[in-house]
Amino acid sequence: MHSSRPAPQSGFNFEYFMWLFTRVSGMALFLLALIGIVGAFWMGARTQIDVGALLRWTFFPNPFHVVNSNIPDVTIGWATAYWQIMQMMIIFFGVTHGINGVRMVIEDYLESPRKRLLSRSLLFLFWLFLMIVCVYVILYS
Amino acid sequence: MLAWILHRISGLGIIIFVSIHVLAGFSTHVVGTDWGDPVNRVYESLPFQIFIFFCVLYHALNGMRIAILDFWPRLLEHQRMAIWLQWAIFVPIYGLSVFLMIRSALTSG
Repeated sequence: MHSSRPAPQSGFNFEYFMWLFTRVSGMALFLLALIGIVGAFWMGARTQIDVGALLRWTFFPNPFHVVNSNIPDVTIGWATAYWQIMQMMIIFFGVTHGINGVRMVIEDYLESPRKRLLSRSLLFLFWLFLMIVCVYVILYS
Repeated sequence: MLAWILHRISGLGIIIFVSIHVLAGFSTHVVGTDWGDPVNRVYESLPFQIFIFFCVLYHALNGMRIAILDFWPRLLEHQRMAIWLQWAIFVPIYGLSVFLMIRSALTSG
């Protein structure tokens, strides 16, 4: 097995931007998860939900993630515009970080520029599709 | 090498899970079809939750280690200790969460 990725170019280019974005978005997701778990405890998670629901809420603060719990009314506190904006930020950082990671893994094994262009185009379409579906689900819930 | 391969596997596990989960949620809640139900049953099961939590927590902590060492290269002289520190953070959080998940699964029937 050998690496077929071209040597990095100096200066501010696409690969450098994605390298930086991966690290910054990863740290941003840490911060968003921290806000999610603190917010959950603030809204009474300690007595109202089990650890599984708490983890689901931490990774993605969607009201569907806490419906199977003892929370009396999910719409008070848990299903608000604030948490919808939080979810959209998590989706943007998470999906972009993840799709770029898939691109890195695929391009470790793809040599020809044509195949790379094809895989990049398909991944971009999949990224766009996931973003649209996610925003739809967030606004719906 | 182990960190690299675990980072790839856990990252791919997360993106595959998130993609299928989003599509299943879309079909259940928005479209109103039921093809997502078997998918929901798989990822609501305890073994899957234990697996995906491993992926998320390992990927998060390993990614944080990589980001810190990339942004502060002077810390690279402590990189071996950083890997041990990462496991020292991972094991208690993962162990406690899995213990609580199994205990609540056993008590709720």
